[in-house]
Amino acid sequence: MELTELSMLALGEKLGSGEASSVEAVRASLDRIERLDGKVKAFLHVDRAGALVQAEAADRRRKDGRRAGPLDGVPVGLKDLFLTEGLPTTAGSRILEGFIAPYDGTVVKLLRAAGTPILGKLNMDEFAMGSSTENSAYFPTRNPWNLETSPGGSSGGSAAAVAARMVYGALGTDTGGSIRQPAALTGTVGLKPTYGRVSRFGVVAFASSLDQVGPMTRNVRDCAALLQAIAVPDPCDSTSAPLKAPDYLAEIEAGVKGMRLGLPREYLELPGMDAEVRAAVEGATRALERLGATLVPVSLPHTRYALATYYLVAPAEASSNLARYDGVRYGLRAGDVKNLLAMYGRTRDQGFGLEVKRRIMLGTYALSAGYYDAYYLKAQKVRTLIKQDFVEAFRSVDAVLAPTSPTPAFRIGEKVSDPLAMYLNDVFTLPCNLAGLPGLSLPCGFTRAGLPIGLQILGRPWDEARVLRIARAFEREHDFDRRSPPLGAG
Amino acid sequence: MSLTLEEVRHVAGLARLSLSAEEEALMRTQLSAILDAVAELSRVDTSKVEPTSHAAGEVPPWRSDEVRPSFPPEKALGNAPGKVGTSFAVPKIIE
Repeated sequence: MELTELSMLALGEKLGSGEASSVEAVRASLDRIERLDGKVKAFLHVDRAGALVQAEAADRRRKDGRRAGPLDGVPVGLKDLFLTEGLPTTAGSRILEGFIAPYDGTVVKLLRAAGTPILGKLNMDEFAMGSSTENSAYFPTRNPWNLETSPGGSSGGSAAAVAARMVYGALGTDTGGSIRQPAALTGTVGLKPTYGRVSRFGVVAFASSLDQVGPMTRNVRDCAALLQAIAVPDPCDSTSAPLKAPDYLAEIEAGVKGMRLGLPREYLELPGMDAEVRAAVEGATRALERLGATLVPVSLPHTRYALATYYLVAPAEASSNLARYDGVRYGLRAGDVKNLLAMYGRTRDQGFGLEVKRRIMLGTYALSAGYYDAYYLKAQKVRTLIKQDFVEAFRSVDAVLAPTSPTPAFRIGEKVSDPLAMYLNDVFTLPCNLAGLPGLSLPCGFTRAGLPIGLQILGRPWDEARVLRIARAFEREHDFDRRSPPLGAG
Repeated sequence: MSLTLEEVRHVAGLARLSLSAEEEALMRTQLSAILDAVAELSRVDTSKVEPTSHAAGEVPPWRSDEVRPSFPPEKALGNAPGKVGTSFAVPKIIE
């Protein structure tokens, strides 16, 4: 069996026993990237030399009996908005072209402590704004299951690299579904942790009341292991909660017997819901019922307002966060300008893509004098109602089951000219961010055309352990995590 | 609701975006459509609802105010498009 076919934990075991070395694992990944990434286009930057140096260090630690943990020596990739010292960090934008991160963000430091060599930086929608990776200023990423289709977004490069076995695992970020939707579209596992579980220090910000960092992996156990490595309180991020994470792998096999799982009526009644997605998700809920869970109908009546709420809150926060890209301290600066104001305006017009400009404009409008109460404040109030729906639901259930995305992977170019159609991709994933909950997507079936379908599991705040346990109970009874996309040898 | 071209220009000015004429026209159409779509929020009765500004819902933690080394100026200037000594250089603001 090729090393690249192994999960993170399986590779970690082989590295621990000395059956394989980290240098071999990194070389296997680099070979695969070389062969396949011309087609998939997941990477913005491959750090061959750096990854090999880190792998050699991991191999030395093992020889010296100082292995850092179960992931020591297992290579990973990073969405290109994690500041990684000495490597480019573009956030998928022209405005950060050539930017070299001057320090490691907290999660990157934690990965280094866990011993995972970093293979490179992965493509994304510009500033994480998008659901298809087509908003990358560089190139669109393709879905390994069908190269004519999108891997979703915004963490599409991360999802595609994991699905294509070019990396063993990756980190993404999720503001409105940007980990879970691409995981669903690529047949991988993606977790958005509870807001505050993982530090955002050194992560390019999009919408600060929603952004969260999370693992993207081939299976649920890897997801738990990678979460364990990054779920550490951080004094550098004031939203990082001072809570010690439980041992996620310890109880993951305990099953769902006796659990109460909620089925929100509103989610399956959505117009535009793909019939095959609905059938697969309903099948998955029945499978969990057979495994001993009780299915309980719940109501999340304000779900229908989540999209509108999100598309006011997130752009408003983005318009403020992206004010820092002004051509003064880093990134692009427009030339041939007479004064500072012209420099700001031209730099931002040249450096930002259309979707980013659209959201900055929308957010600026929603925050501007005379419109703040009607748009931004109103959205914040509806957000309270969306959050209360979940509080109410979690009185009677342990977790909520839903589709991740209303459709399987769509063709590249299909939705790019219609922002509102693109925004509908996130209709099932947004409420989780607005309420700050943990949410996971895992593969629960395939369409007749061979495209993956994702099941979403939403948990109570801080209850990632139970979400992972439910996901693992389902995964154990199926073989979706062991299917590979038909990429051939390249 | 339909935005006027003047409103688009006003917002672009606030956002420090020098949009081209084509971009202004496109923003006018697309932002108007998005604002129409989000207008459904006005149907929700929020007269007795407090706004949520944060998903955490808990008081942010306190930490002690310890003196630590600052980020070194050479590193902070490493990506500067223009610099003079240990400062960022920009076009003249006051003649």
